[in-house]
Amino acid sequence: MPSDPPIRFRDPQIEMAHGAGGKASRRLVEGLFAPLLFGNNPGPLGDAALVDIGGTKIALTTDSFVVKPLTFPGGSIGELAVNGTVNDLAVSGAKADALVVTFVLEAGLPTSVLEAEVRAMARAAKEAGVRVAGGDTKVVEHGKADQMYITTTGVGHLLRGVALDPSSVRPGDKVLLSGPIGDHGITILLARGELDFQADLRSDTRSVFPLVEALVRAAGPGVRWMRDPTRGGAATSLNELARDCGLGVVLFEEKIPVRDAVRGACELLGLDPLHIANEGQFLAVIAPEYADAAINALALAPGGSEAQVIGEIREQPAGSVLITTLYGGSRIIDMLVGDPLPRIC
Amino acid sequence: MKFVDEFREPELISKAAEEIRHLAGTERHYCMMEVCGGHTHAIYRFGLKDILPENIELIHGPGCPVCVLPMGRIDDGLSIAQDENVIFAAFGDMMRVPGTLGSPLEHKARGMDVRIVYSPSDALKLARLNPEKHVMFFAIGFETTAPSTALTLMRAKAEGIRNFSVFCNHVTIIPAIRAILDSPDMRLDAFIGPGHVSTVIGCRPYEWIAKNAGKPIVISGFEPLDILQSVVMLLHQLKKGEAKVENQYKRVVPWEGNPAALRAMNEVFELRPYFEWRGLGFISQSALRLRDSYAQWDAEQRFSVPGIRVTDPKAAQCGEVLKGVLKPHQCKLFGRECTPERPVGALMVSSEGSCAAYFNYEHRKAMVTGLTSIA
Repeated sequence: MPSDPPIRFRDPQIEMAHGAGGKASRRLVEGLFAPLLFGNNPGPLGDAALVDIGGTKIALTTDSFVVKPLTFPGGSIGELAVNGTVNDLAVSGAKADALVVTFVLEAGLPTSVLEAEVRAMARAAKEAGVRVAGGDTKVVEHGKADQMYITTTGVGHLLRGVALDPSSVRPGDKVLLSGPIGDHGITILLARGELDFQADLRSDTRSVFPLVEALVRAAGPGVRWMRDPTRGGAATSLNELARDCGLGVVLFEEKIPVRDAVRGACELLGLDPLHIANEGQFLAVIAPEYADAAINALALAPGGSEAQVIGEIREQPAGSVLITTLYGGSRIIDMLVGDPLPRIC
Repeated sequence: MKFVDEFREPELISKAAEEIRHLAGTERHYCMMEVCGGHTHAIYRFGLKDILPENIELIHGPGCPVCVLPMGRIDDGLSIAQDENVIFAAFGDMMRVPGTLGSPLEHKARGMDVRIVYSPSDALKLARLNPEKHVMFFAIGFETTAPSTALTLMRAKAEGIRNFSVFCNHVTIIPAIRAILDSPDMRLDAFIGPGHVSTVIGCRPYEWIAKNAGKPIVISGFEPLDILQSVVMLLHQLKKGEAKVENQYKRVVPWEGNPAALRAMNEVFELRPYFEWRGLGFISQSALRLRDSYAQWDAEQRFSVPGIRVTDPKAAQCGEVLKGVLKPHQCKLFGRECTPERPVGALMVSSEGSCAAYFNYEHRKAMVTGLTSIA
């Protein structure tokens, strides 16, 4: 019998950073979960798994939502729980068909709060055209959870005319971003009320499926890779791309759309917008001959007018992400290390 | 974005870069220290090294409060917070800084009540909200953050809030610069002076650097254009053989500083006879402690503090890097035992530390692009 593959995860205990979506998360998944659960050759770890069922390939994904506060400008946990999973399927080239949902509720949670979130889920599911097919509920003692956690698991069918595979990425391909980054993460940071400043900012949470569908219709054969840059931000997704395709991702700083309120908050707190979470954007790698068609299609689709080509794939720096500044300087952009913490002093 | 974009204007920046190339010529090498960690961060973030000529070498100074804090102080602060009635409050900057038994964040994961605050007054707010607990604010920073700690303590005293204290690690910048200038292997030509600190202390305290040590110093802002303009001003002085204090950051820094902030600091703090700096050793009169009139709010007096001393591993050459004798990558531990994720030495700890900045930007860039010469 073959022996278990080696466990490379050596961190003595679980820290918050292991859930932040950056380097530590990757270490945990690749070092412990993948070798024991996914077998020796898990392949690139995407946003959804492709599973063959009786000759039909379906996309399958799951995501847990533990956001605090439960509601924030632009959205709430219930709406995130639906769209997060719909989006993971969308950027895997799939249309979500059905979800099942698990609620972990803290004893003492007011029914009105739960009802509002269930209504938000129903609304989001209707808008995304996805059926909630079942679920499970657990209640834990007061103080053992932060009001409520929601897990959604979704299945979807693959869109025709698109084959996503990081190994198909070539030098010269364009890196496309669907819209401004950082809105969600900064909105949440401000909604926690710990910072004494306000900004006119809303979470970008939405289903990105309509945009993905428009993109695939216009440029399907040229779409090589997609990812929604949630925790860990665009920097982490693009580093994963660079690693998985073995090529360099070169970004042009001036092309990356960031709202002034997000830039301002990041300047004040010493954060990089590229490390801030998003809930309604996606990144794509497009063959150069399809880039114009892709941008035009997104510009015509609702919510896609701010889509931009933000960079391109090059031979070098292989396996890394480099950003060039307007005046000829450059720096390497790493994955998020730990949680993004504000710098004060 | 106002006050930011005009200092990142590409055209102005290439003009400044051109002027620097012209002034620097090729005959000699210029060694300038940017004292402040904020400058170090900006220099890497904006890729300024790529646009400066090779004969201008920037040395990263001691102005990163997280980096220069000895590990024993973190252990001491965390040992107080082992008491389950104590809430440990600190800036986000401190959260990943390792103590002997882990960082504040790791202690939080093990159950310690650790909170990130954005200002000392937020920590005082925590004390008001949690009257049954004791809130200890772990204070760090130079004269930039010391006034807000002072004002918070004055308010705590005025309101008679008893369940609040400060574990004071505030340090002062001038003695650190003096220690660097006094070191026998010093090889600096000029200083890019700290911007934020100077909003409080003003420009006068630097005059001895020009007069006695004969080194030009320009107080600088933090945008790319600020830093390049400061380099231009320093080159002008060096070429004329002058040494004076100049203020490039006039839009923020008044020559006399901020008298109200200085008064608050003077009301609450006094100089410690000496304090240990990670990487530089003991420096006399280089740090602040609470005056006796604030003893009730002084965590070091209210609690028993073990007074832990942790020496950095001998192989870590933080001091040499701080003084500009070695470049970060010339340290024996750099990039192997000592990385931003698992820092051994002080300068790898914060993203503003010169080794961490060098690792994140230059070192990785050099590795991935296969460049051999890295200034």
